[in-house]
Amino acid sequence: MKLRLLYFASLRERVGTAEETLDVPDGVTTVAQLRNWLAERSPLWAEAFAEQRSVRAAVDQTMAADHHTVHDGAEVAFFPPVTGG
Amino acid sequence: MTVRVQREDFDVGVEIGRLRSGNPRIGAVASFVGVVRDINEGATVGSITLEHYPGMTEKSLEEIAEQAKARWNLSDVLIVHRIGTLAPTDQIVLVVTTSSHRGDAFAACQFVMDYLKTEAPFWKKEVTADGMRWVDARDSDSKAQQRWN
Repeated sequence: MKLRLLYFASLRERVGTAEETLDVPDGVTTVAQLRNWLAERSPLWAEAFAEQRSVRAAVDQTMAADHHTVHDGAEVAFFPPVTGG
Repeated sequence: MTVRVQREDFDVGVEIGRLRSGNPRIGAVASFVGVVRDINEGATVGSITLEHYPGMTEKSLEEIAEQAKARWNLSDVLIVHRIGTLAPTDQIVLVVTTSSHRGDAFAACQFVMDYLKTEAPFWKKEVTADGMRWVDARDSDSKAQQRWN
């Protein structure tokens, strides 16, 4: 399954990447599983996800909880709590 | 309903005039303008830079405006949010709600701001004397949003 991953704000700076397209294994079907897989794959991601008090996720530009499923071709974004306004 | 994300400043008078132009049903206009402060968390702020998630930002603001329209009797909703680098006293955000009566306009304006603060994907980075730092989300903003549930 191919996913387009986006990172924003402090999380983008921590992982040093704004955007990437990745092939993820079959066992990764939810936001939580994707986060765990990314963390296992790279210490930089593991640190970034652990350091951020609460990393938020969006799937196809809609806020997504941990159990939200990801599908082939999905756009998945990770970012810290929002601070606009 | 209009949602805009832009670098340019906005003129509150012009925006309100355009929103209520030619609509005699409107009896109330409520507006909120967010402005860059020069002090945050005890440090002097030289400038802030606003980052956002193009596409999701607009979608999220439209959903918030739709929710307000479903909840109150509104004629219209306008949300304008700036991005890029801003200095103290600069305007950041404008929310305008129009209605027949003030109660709906006031409540909806506050609702839109409370949801924008907690759901719209914007992030602020400040430049202070100690360097650059990302602004942390506030618990008080989450509480302000939860009171509408």
